[in-house]
Amino acid sequence: MVAAAAREIRDGEKVFVGMRLPLLGFAVAKELHAPNAIGIFENGVVRDWPALESIFTMSDPPNIARALFCGGVNDSMFLLQSGRVDLGFLGGAEVDRFGNLNTHWVQEHGKRTRLPGSGGAADVATMAGRSIIIMNHERRRFTPRVHYVTSPGYGDGGDWRTQKGLTGGGPSRVITSMGIFSFDPVDREMVLISNHPGVSVDEIKNETGWPLRVSQQIRETSAPTKDELAAVRKYDPKGVWTS
Amino acid sequence: MPKVKSLHEAIATDVQDGMSVAMGCGLESLIPFAASYEIIRQRKTDLTLICPISDMQFDQLIGAGCVKKLIASWVGNVAAGLGHNYRRAAEAGIPRPIEIEEHSNFTIGLGLQAAASGLPFLPTKTVKGSDFANGEQFKRVNCPFTGEELLAVRAIRPDVAILHVQRADNEGNAHVWGNFGVTREAALAANKVILTCEEIVDHEVILSDPNRTLIPGFVVSSVVHEPFGAHPSPTQGYSRRDDDFYFEYHKATRTREDFEQWLQKYVHGVKDHRSFLSLLGSERIAKLTPRGNLFSPAVSFNY
Repeated sequence: MVAAAAREIRDGEKVFVGMRLPLLGFAVAKELHAPNAIGIFENGVVRDWPALESIFTMSDPPNIARALFCGGVNDSMFLLQSGRVDLGFLGGAEVDRFGNLNTHWVQEHGKRTRLPGSGGAADVATMAGRSIIIMNHERRRFTPRVHYVTSPGYGDGGDWRTQKGLTGGGPSRVITSMGIFSFDPVDREMVLISNHPGVSVDEIKNETGWPLRVSQQIRETSAPTKDELAAVRKYDPKGVWTS
Repeated sequence: MPKVKSLHEAIATDVQDGMSVAMGCGLESLIPFAASYEIIRQRKTDLTLICPISDMQFDQLIGAGCVKKLIASWVGNVAAGLGHNYRRAAEAGIPRPIEIEEHSNFTIGLGLQAAASGLPFLPTKTVKGSDFANGEQFKRVNCPFTGEELLAVRAIRPDVAILHVQRADNEGNAHVWGNFGVTREAALAANKVILTCEEIVDHEVILSDPNRTLIPGFVVSSVVHEPFGAHPSPTQGYSRRDDDFYFEYHKATRTREDFEQWLQKYVHGVKDHRSFLSLLGSERIAKLTPRGNLFSPAVSFNY
């Protein structure tokens, strides 16, 4: 998943990084194919190289020391709002067939669970040039319609984003523990484009809560290369995020 | 009236039941935990808490029964996961029901900036299409120049902002470095500001580096010298993040009863922050203290 996330970052892009796997993905991309990518954090930090120590939050001191710029939330968000951010990473408890994400409330067996809320996710979802969703693939998380739209994807599909006046491009990829998905350019429904090594298309369908559309050009996700694995280990030596 | 006070005195004077309080404005750093423990010890109640991401500080205040309403974008434990007290309050009204005004990080920043700049609202392009964008805190407006539909974010005016900073002088002129979160906006939006700081320095130190002054003293009502006052959150140059403390709290607060024990041990069972730090032990504090320095070369303001 980290390697797949890293491959989505192009050289020179301004990336709204987030934490955990995307943070590692950013480090791997910088190390290998995107040395000029810039990382922007919603707490106001901008970095042109990844912090070398493992961090749990974006405000941890190793992420501040030797940063390129330190300001506030609004500084980072103004970059996003003015269209300067190419790419942002998102996650959630639930995603639906149009890439809408929920981090507010879920309901299972009649019991409601309160989740933390948006944080900066709704800001990234509405305003980043494109967004990448990273999630564990489980049927209860891949639901036909999210219980609550925290971070909008393509709404009800089609040109919903244009109608609503959203300035960002919306989700371009979903990277899960089982495969990689894109969205149909017209109706904006999620489409499986690659299955990870050792995972069958049927297994992915079984873990998806709606009849999953599969690309005619489906292929197997290429396994992490030796260089990618080495870069992951360099930035996560203790396997905190990737064990 | 002198502004330098004990934490007990500052909270007793400036924070009253029913007030709205902005705290945790650095996001995951500079969170004034010493001050929120004192709020809990003084059994303040019916508070409205304001902040984008407070890490586990809001979870503790909610569990302690101090909170009536949240104006927030994310409540939980950043490294460890969900906030158990937040869940109990939001799902089951335990220990009391809470009202939640939903935001994104940006809309909190804009609401505070609106108040800080003397405006009733600020327009934005963010969160269109999110379910929470239908809340009362937002209204649709059209740009008077282009007609574009924008979202107006209502100004957020805290009664008091409590901010942890690296250093301040007796008047509350404060130097802050690292990420700011919404610290500056909160300080200028609030009616009163309480600073807790690692060091109280001479006024001359402030004047030597005016670009580092994030908060002017004339908006500050109380200055409290409280080293490690942001523990377990980090203060750049003074304290690392105590990650274990967050994980321990997460495990120790799964049930209401266990949370009450946690609260008794770390908050009600100690009389002030110094006693709290003694309870943590000098070895733990030493481990969290950065070794050596990473200086920036001095700049010249000569003319």
